[in-house]
Amino acid sequence: MRFMLFVYAGETDPGPTLEIVEAMNRYNEELSKAGALLALDGLHPPSTATRLTFSRGGDRPTVTDGPFTETKEFVGGYWIIQARSKEEAVELASRAPVRDGTIEVRQIAEGSDYPPEVEEAARLSQDPPEQTFAE
Amino acid sequence: MPEGQAERARAQIDAIWRIESARVIATVARMVRDVGLAEDLAQDAIVVALERWPSTGVPPNPGAWLTATAKHRAIDLMRRGTTLEDRYAQIARDLGVASEGADLDAELDDDIGDDLLSLVFTCCHPVLPTEARVALTLRMLGGLKTPEIARAFLVSDATMGQRISRAKRTLADAGVPFEVPSGDELQPRLASVLEVVYLIFNEGYAATAGDDWIRPALIEEALRLGRMLAGLAPDEPEVHGLVALMEIQASRQTARTGPSGEPILLSDQDRLRWDRLLICRGLASLERAESCGRGVGPHYVQAAIAACHARARTPEETDWVRIAALYEALARVADSPIVELNRAVAVGMAFGAEVGLQSVDALAADGALDGYHLLRSVRGDLLAKLGRWAEARADFERAGSMTQNDRERDLLLARAAECATRVT
Repeated sequence: MRFMLFVYAGETDPGPTLEIVEAMNRYNEELSKAGALLALDGLHPPSTATRLTFSRGGDRPTVTDGPFTETKEFVGGYWIIQARSKEEAVELASRAPVRDGTIEVRQIAEGSDYPPEVEEAARLSQDPPEQTFAE
Repeated sequence: MPEGQAERARAQIDAIWRIESARVIATVARMVRDVGLAEDLAQDAIVVALERWPSTGVPPNPGAWLTATAKHRAIDLMRRGTTLEDRYAQIARDLGVASEGADLDAELDDDIGDDLLSLVFTCCHPVLPTEARVALTLRMLGGLKTPEIARAFLVSDATMGQRISRAKRTLADAGVPFEVPSGDELQPRLASVLEVVYLIFNEGYAATAGDDWIRPALIEEALRLGRMLAGLAPDEPEVHGLVALMEIQASRQTARTGPSGEPILLSDQDRLRWDRLLICRGLASLERAESCGRGVGPHYVQAAIAACHARARTPEETDWVRIAALYEALARVADSPIVELNRAVAVGMAFGAEVGLQSVDALAADGALDGYHLLRSVRGDLLAKLGRWAEARADFERAGSMTQNDRERDLLLARAAECATRVT
């Protein structure tokens, strides 16, 4: 099973200090040594983000640049880990050196988690459309 | 405590056990010099945890807590003079029983790496039969419970329990030292460890046994063990080679079987379903193996071959010339008729069916693969490519009569029939 751990910084998050970065490196090293870490990234601050809002009508989305003052919590980074159960993923996440904030643990959907017709549709959508081969 | 809450606590402690057990066992084993006893003591510690943690809460560092508890149990055992067996007395002398309290806690901070590595080498010791090595590794390093291992290998819990306790006894009786082998001993012992990890992987990947839950679980466990080993022995190219091989093979897991479980050949797989994350990881491990700067081993070469397929976005893009060269390299480090047959296929793809056929015929003359249906099947395929339909048909029919697998026989006989229609 794979899980994605999203880390949300809290409102008093001081940003990455040397101490926090070192603690995070140690944590990542531990995850890696345990063979659990598959991927991770930290994200640029939300003030540099851009949002696309899609309407039901199917028009082109509205594009808005940050900062977004109305939103209190932002994803600051993520880990993708392999764990043998949800509890194990939660236990590994609980060891992260986060001072103020939230980690959300989400299981990554594998192919077999979808109903057969959805899986079939996903497969079809990956085949090149037939007109590609037309003269 | 309400039922649900107790269950949650139990599941949480289970998860902690799976994360921490190998380290606890390894640390205690260094002290008591007996992995079987170390595991018993670690189990004792988790029993104490199950009694206490639901009411006290999980301590901030549960791993250190479990290790300390297991170590104190070991010392109690010796203090009480339970010298029923000589080895406890020996342990007591080795330890100098004064070491307790602060000293013990300080020891917990020692580098755990060597202890874990010693545990790996002990569980995979050649004094044990292969199936016992696999079982012990899953239990001691994977934290799997005996019934889970039994389920994976389709034996009863009792049989698996006996296999594990016999293995522990064998290690104790043989006086296998708890250490990382050195000198000339290291490479063959490492090969034994890699063999066990790859066996676990293949048990999941080849799906010869077990149910839907256990197969992906074994693949993931083997990957986890491999990555862990790569961290513990970063200078060993074959460890990275094995990790690369497993990551790349695992990347094709969802693409390699059809809806009803039928195998799909590499060239027919939907490559968009290959797992890019695992491929990237595999290619990175391959680079790490190369950067070790030592000669190539069989796992590395197999991983390099797998990487050639992984890099090709379509079957036509496959670098068959490189694959043929890699099979030649593989033949040098781990020659076998099967490797030669694969090499002949690659040569045929790279340099034309005529050249491939020469290789296959040389191999056929050697006689080692006389009863092997794939030799005939490969030969038939090459002959068909050359338009020699009558000979191709004969080979496909012979191949069909040799295989035990119904699905494969149908496929081969269909190809034979197809060749028959082409004969003029």
